[in-house]
Amino acid sequence: MSRSLEKIGQQLVSAVVVLFGLYVVAKIYMAGQFIVALACLAVLASGVFVYTSSRAYSYRYLFPGLMATLVFVVFPIVYTFAISFTNYSSRNLLTLERATQYFLEQTYTVEGGQSYAFTLHRDGRAFRVRLEDEQGAVFVSPPLALYKGPIIIEAQVPAAGEAPLGEPVDTKTLISYLPNLKLVSFQLPNGHLLSVTGLRQYGAVSKLYKANADGSLTNQQDHSVLTPNKKTGFFETSSGEQLTPGYTTQVGWSQYTKIFSDVSFSEPFFRIFVWTVTFAGLTVLFAFSVGIVLAVLMEWEALRGRAFYQTMFFIPYTVPAFISILIFKGLFNQNTGEINQILEMLFGLHLSWFSTPFLAKSMLLIVNTWLGFPYMMVVSMGLIKAIPTDLYEASAIAGAGPLTNFFRITLPLIVKPIMPLLIASFAFNFNNVMLIMLLTGGRPDFLDTKVPAGSTDLLVSFTYRIAFEDSGANFGLAAAISTVLFLMVMVLSLINMRLTKVNAQEAR
Amino acid sequence: MAVVLDKSHRWRVVLAHIAIIGFICLIMFPFLMIFSISIRPGNFATGSIIPQTISLEHWALAFGYSYQGPDGGLMEPQFPVLLWLWNSVKVALLSAFIGVVLSTTCAYAFARMQFMFKKSMMNGLLLIQMFPTVLALVAIYTIFDRIGSYVPWLGIESHGGLILAYTGGIAVHIWTIKGYFETIPVEIEEAAKVDGATAFQSFRYVILPMIVPILMVVFLLAFISGINEYPVASILLKSTDNLTLAVGVKNYLYPQKYLWGDFAAAAILSGLPITIVFLFAQKWMISGLTAGGVKG
Repeated sequence: MSRSLEKIGQQLVSAVVVLFGLYVVAKIYMAGQFIVALACLAVLASGVFVYTSSRAYSYRYLFPGLMATLVFVVFPIVYTFAISFTNYSSRNLLTLERATQYFLEQTYTVEGGQSYAFTLHRDGRAFRVRLEDEQGAVFVSPPLALYKGPIIIEAQVPAAGEAPLGEPVDTKTLISYLPNLKLVSFQLPNGHLLSVTGLRQYGAVSKLYKANADGSLTNQQDHSVLTPNKKTGFFETSSGEQLTPGYTTQVGWSQYTKIFSDVSFSEPFFRIFVWTVTFAGLTVLFAFSVGIVLAVLMEWEALRGRAFYQTMFFIPYTVPAFISILIFKGLFNQNTGEINQILEMLFGLHLSWFSTPFLAKSMLLIVNTWLGFPYMMVVSMGLIKAIPTDLYEASAIAGAGPLTNFFRITLPLIVKPIMPLLIASFAFNFNNVMLIMLLTGGRPDFLDTKVPAGSTDLLVSFTYRIAFEDSGANFGLAAAISTVLFLMVMVLSLINMRLTKVNAQEAR
Repeated sequence: MAVVLDKSHRWRVVLAHIAIIGFICLIMFPFLMIFSISIRPGNFATGSIIPQTISLEHWALAFGYSYQGPDGGLMEPQFPVLLWLWNSVKVALLSAFIGVVLSTTCAYAFARMQFMFKKSMMNGLLLIQMFPTVLALVAIYTIFDRIGSYVPWLGIESHGGLILAYTGGIAVHIWTIKGYFETIPVEIEEAAKVDGATAFQSFRYVILPMIVPILMVVFLLAFISGINEYPVASILLKSTDNLTLAVGVKNYLYPQKYLWGDFAAAAILSGLPITIVFLFAQKWMISGLTAGGVKG
């Protein structure tokens, strides 16, 4: 009995879940996002199939994780590719429909048209607007919510027996509702269209543009024609003048050709690429060098207090990176920073860490080595433990010193298994946007480039600046660079997987 | 090690100790400095590395109290550090929880079951987990911008959106948990099956309690990476009260408004609890890191 009740309960819950899912899909479809609705429907349908069909049993376990991976990881990647083929940016933000709609909502004041004094009256929680023209004719709107617009309302001559409106609202309330009123247009019985033209005035207006069948717009005032240019994503006049707002349009490979063949762009891109590789490579080299020396020391049995030392060495890794990076930013400050104070005291040096490219780069490497060596130490320690001790005994009998041991035994035996981790670390630092954004912000900037780019910019921080800091907010271009970076990281990852596989096979 | 030690050995040990202690002083220097700065009056360097007078003004501000300045003026806290810390903890806890819940059963299937496309799915996951989220920033921003115009609590400027964006770390979790499942002998589930348990029951009542340790590790790693995440949070959150710690604290060091002393106290106040959690979990972290971490 309770068993069957439980079953019914389960079915009820799943029915509710499916119904809710369908409701969401319908909502999305009605919001005009056809493709998104379709994708959601596909997810829902596959969910229903997986959890009802006995053939798909193992997929019941896989479903949550795989769906999350698809939605949260794969989809953004694919979407990045898609954006890279458009001109999506702050100037071309809207869809074609929204841009057309924007133009169709534009109005102009009809010359010589009547103006209407208006007052706003409360009617319960709603508002009514009273309009009076110069001849004293009165029109009254139905009760309005004034939440959002744009909206066109018919205003009527008040009926004879109707109760009079209350007192008009005070000026302060009127001003606070003015933005909402601006979205409301009134249609009079004689067909005139009115919009707000002043604090207490409505004026006769007319729509500025009229849509044509081919998607172009005709200006009602001067009868010029605006045609949407599919290549630039703007409505253009016959003389080629572009009108904002533009809309997002497909531009094919032009973002990519811009990166690689437009010299004003490809030249800084290449410079930044070289620095990115240098930065990632040197970081790995320095962090690994410090890390492995410490690891060897930490595995030296004659040394007492190793557990304490090890904890101390690990501390840079445990402090949240965004805090330690900012601490360094303050300490390195050119005028007030403590590092310059000490250098000045000891050597009489005053270094401008943030404005000299070479010093800024050195500072980044110092900070990043400080951040990265504990990880390298821990990883190396694990690998050193795995080296058979009889190798060292044999070398001791042969009279070899610690340096020989290190370069002839420890290092060669460690290099191979640690390679995948070094490559992963290289890839991580290749994209270490947090360090750059928090420490230098990519500055000092190049003076000879058109796009804002700095001598400490990595390719990712360069992308970040193009998309989110530069006023142009050129998302299309940023997505194209991201795609190029994706490919580079992919190559690194594939090499890494191959190496890991080879290592695993040799271990067998 | 039964090796004859020569005379220079003892000197080498002493030298190593000295070198190590020197190195520790070097790497600890920033922390010592920041502590001294936090108890030094004023927001500008006053010429001495070791403070002559001790003032708790920066600490008072960090805790959100106002303070009477030396000229008698009222100094009010500029930034809500504790609120930022709370935002960070909230977002990181929820995203870590969601990540673990979504990845556990998936990892189990990868470790134990046979199904179509298993091999290619696993390779795909391995490849995906190497992709840094930073490269999809533009897409993430656009997606949440669009979502936000229909569902405001999942859009830009919402913690809900940020939590969802952080769920992208799930591929790594699946991989880590799968590795742990493989260390559990299959015989345990077979025994449960013999006792009449269904496949799901043996997973839910037999295997799940056994893997709690790795779930804790993954939870902790996800929590830590959530706290430390900067790029995504910096594009999704803008208003001061909404920020997480990672994007908030940098506001102290704008060149136009350089609050070095206030930053020092705020950094210690907010960084210390996180650091203690990390240190406490050090052993777990190392095992998780060496199992397949990408961070370096």
